[in-house]
Amino acid sequence: MSSAPGVNYLNEKSGLWSWLTTLDHKRIGIMYMIAVFTFFAIGGTFAMLMRWELFSAGKNIVEAQTYNEFMTFHGAIMAFMVIIPGVPAFLGNFFLPLMIGARDVAFPRINLLSWYCLIIGAAVAFYSLIYNGADTGWTFYTPYSIKTDNGTTILVAGVFILGFSSILTGLNFIVTVHKLRAPGMTFFRMPLFIWGLYATAIMQVMATPVLGITLLLLIAERTMGIGFFDPTLGGDPVLFQHFFWFYSHPAVYIMVLPAMGVISELITCYSRKTIFGYRAIAWSSVGIAAVSFFVWGHHMFVSGESEVVAILFSFMTMLVGVPTAIKVFNWTATLYKGSIIFNAPMLFAMGFIFLFTIGGVTGIILAVTAVDVHFHDTYFVVAHFHYVMVGGTLMAIAGGMYHWMPKMFGRMYNEFWARISFVLIFVGFNVTFFPQFVLGAMGMPRRYYDYLPVFQPLNRISSIGAWTIGIGFLVVLYVILRCIFTGEKAPDNPWGATTLEWQTSSPPPHENFLTQPVVTGGPYEYK
Amino acid sequence: MSTSNTTTQEYVHHVAHHFDSAEEEYRTSKFGLWVFLMTEILMFGGLFVGYIIFRGIYSEAFAEASKFLDWRLGAINTVVLIFSSLTMVLSIYYAQHNQKAKVLLNLYITFFCGVIFMCIKAYEYAHKIHEGLLPGHMFHYSEQVAAHAPLYFSFYFCMTGMHGIHVMVGMGFILWLIRRAHRGEFSSNYFTPLECVGLFWHLVDLIWIYLFPLLYLVG
Amino acid sequence: MSLKSEEHHIIPLKSFIGVFFALLFLTVLTVVAAQFNMGEWNTVVAMLIASIKAFFVLAYFMHLKVDDKVFLVCFLLAVFFLIVMYAFSVVDIYTRVGVSNIL
Repeated sequence: MSSAPGVNYLNEKSGLWSWLTTLDHKRIGIMYMIAVFTFFAIGGTFAMLMRWELFSAGKNIVEAQTYNEFMTFHGAIMAFMVIIPGVPAFLGNFFLPLMIGARDVAFPRINLLSWYCLIIGAAVAFYSLIYNGADTGWTFYTPYSIKTDNGTTILVAGVFILGFSSILTGLNFIVTVHKLRAPGMTFFRMPLFIWGLYATAIMQVMATPVLGITLLLLIAERTMGIGFFDPTLGGDPVLFQHFFWFYSHPAVYIMVLPAMGVISELITCYSRKTIFGYRAIAWSSVGIAAVSFFVWGHHMFVSGESEVVAILFSFMTMLVGVPTAIKVFNWTATLYKGSIIFNAPMLFAMGFIFLFTIGGVTGIILAVTAVDVHFHDTYFVVAHFHYVMVGGTLMAIAGGMYHWMPKMFGRMYNEFWARISFVLIFVGFNVTFFPQFVLGAMGMPRRYYDYLPVFQPLNRISSIGAWTIGIGFLVVLYVILRCIFTGEKAPDNPWGATTLEWQTSSPPPHENFLTQPVVTGGPYEYK
Repeated sequence: MSTSNTTTQEYVHHVAHHFDSAEEEYRTSKFGLWVFLMTEILMFGGLFVGYIIFRGIYSEAFAEASKFLDWRLGAINTVVLIFSSLTMVLSIYYAQHNQKAKVLLNLYITFFCGVIFMCIKAYEYAHKIHEGLLPGHMFHYSEQVAAHAPLYFSFYFCMTGMHGIHVMVGMGFILWLIRRAHRGEFSSNYFTPLECVGLFWHLVDLIWIYLFPLLYLVG
Repeated sequence: MSLKSEEHHIIPLKSFIGVFFALLFLTVLTVVAAQFNMGEWNTVVAMLIASIKAFFVLAYFMHLKVDDKVFLVCFLLAVFFLIVMYAFSVVDIYTRVGVSNIL
């Protein structure tokens, strides 16, 4: 089939139609990459507009209503179209089969369908902009989301479709990991990126359907007044929050667990050392996935839930910090006495460890109910989740992308400009979000388009940081485009890495491997 | 390997390129269906959770509202679905024994049971719509009812409606199986689609097994 | 090559028919049990009988009895987390203090 030299998954067939009807997981991964980066640019633009409005107290460029719509779209786009699919659907789709020595995922047609769910869901979501979208925040809390008179129903329908993209990806990955591993690759010889994807897939499959029914019920509330969440009809608005967060808490681990898997790959490769505590990291992925289903009420401490469950959820939330911390300790131990290469992927990986740790411990702070009573719905929370989402997942996407670009495109990226992008993003990120911890502690509420003048100086610093991040990602785009079109040809294994994807050509052939790999040892046997 | 009731051109199932064997493809497909069933359990489950919660809070109103349902129709539908589950699994059994005619017979019966189920459901819905026993804001029954009876009907329509959609989707898949069975595509060598659709159909039956007592036999 | 290898235990026809009649009987039992007023216990009994019916459908019609154990794990995991969702929500609603009615 593609045993001819120089023939790989990129050039074996050409034309847009061959891409749009492809069943090759590698092409689907690239299509996800293009989609996710496009949505990131749109969501990022909304962020830039928000930070422009927040540059000074008082009205700057938009009214409150428009700001609320920007804020809702920024959240919905980033959550559902960027960070959730970001690692699994892009890097995961491309590399899961390669890293386990398989020829494709278990269900290639379902894989393509999941991409179309992303595109169609996004199209429906963006269509709601014609009706001014939604102004509820990405969480669509009732009863306001029932009453608000705009494109909320359409946006919610778009998110419903997007949910299927996630479910189908998760379904595919669970079955692929169970059934298509190469001979000799036991579960405990799988790379840790696969463990991360596997644990994520379990959450995708079990949590997302609950979001599905919740969104359908919200649409039914808006259109037929069914009453489950409407207090005037005997319903309970807090029940909506239970339903919503039962998904959305595991969702944030869906966002971060694959990213942690990427970090495991980067840390071990660029320390030239086998990872410290492989089994602990593997089990911690599953542990995080399991415990993540027991903590959702920590989003609802001040919503009206009882103190009894608040205590239960608070305890469970502190518990989930344990497997997370285990990962951070093991990565750090891997670095110790390693021969560290400070290239762009490694810079992003180390940046992840630092920033995610800050994000993680501030999460534990928020888990303390007595503290959360003051910090809930302030900028402290905004800073916390941006530290883990951007300082965490987005850095992992960037690092993983640089690391794997030679494999995906057969070309090397420009190291100098990649490091520049890291500096801009890392510095810009901290300038944007660290002040927000202080603002939250000072009492500035989130989701407000205006604020008291005393908050202005820190808001200005934050906005400048945001625009710096924007420039940083423009540099990333430049590096990617320059790599794809004029990068120097990459060898099969430029990093001397040990996992299976590096044992085939760059870019790989359609069938991934010319001969079926047989695994005889662990994934990280560095000499 | 070939038996007397295959057509002159024996259908050979083509195994997808990324599988090592037909056996691997078969096991993988079943696994995929079971993972899909997990998603259905959690999606429907959300509705059940909501229903059980509100039934606990408004037990009298729900008991009174459920009297508007005819338990006999619900019972008939339960029997119809259970019987269709039997014929569905028998179609797999006969495929495993290379008896194409019986595969088709059982698939047709299963489909027909789905038709009966939906007809009874349509009759029930028509009656409720006529009486004004509708969800939430649309409730306009002519006489006095308990304050939260409309909430009961919201659940009734959401749950049976969602279930009914799944019945119709299942019926669509059974038609697809009938078409393939006519072409002689199923045999002891290959019956994966029958098993997979069967699993889906049995889940639809399972959900109704719980819906019937919860909605029709309250109080 | 047949998929009917030694690993594939085929459930006999008699078992399917037997399960069908068991399910019919249990359906009748459900209706009969609903005639007696047992207060709160009506729901419990109805759910118990439904669960026995579910067991038969799962074990025989859905082949869980003879198939790979991992399918049973899939099913149990889904049900388990559903129970978690229910349990915490219900504990919340019934332990809210300081409201005049339950909501």
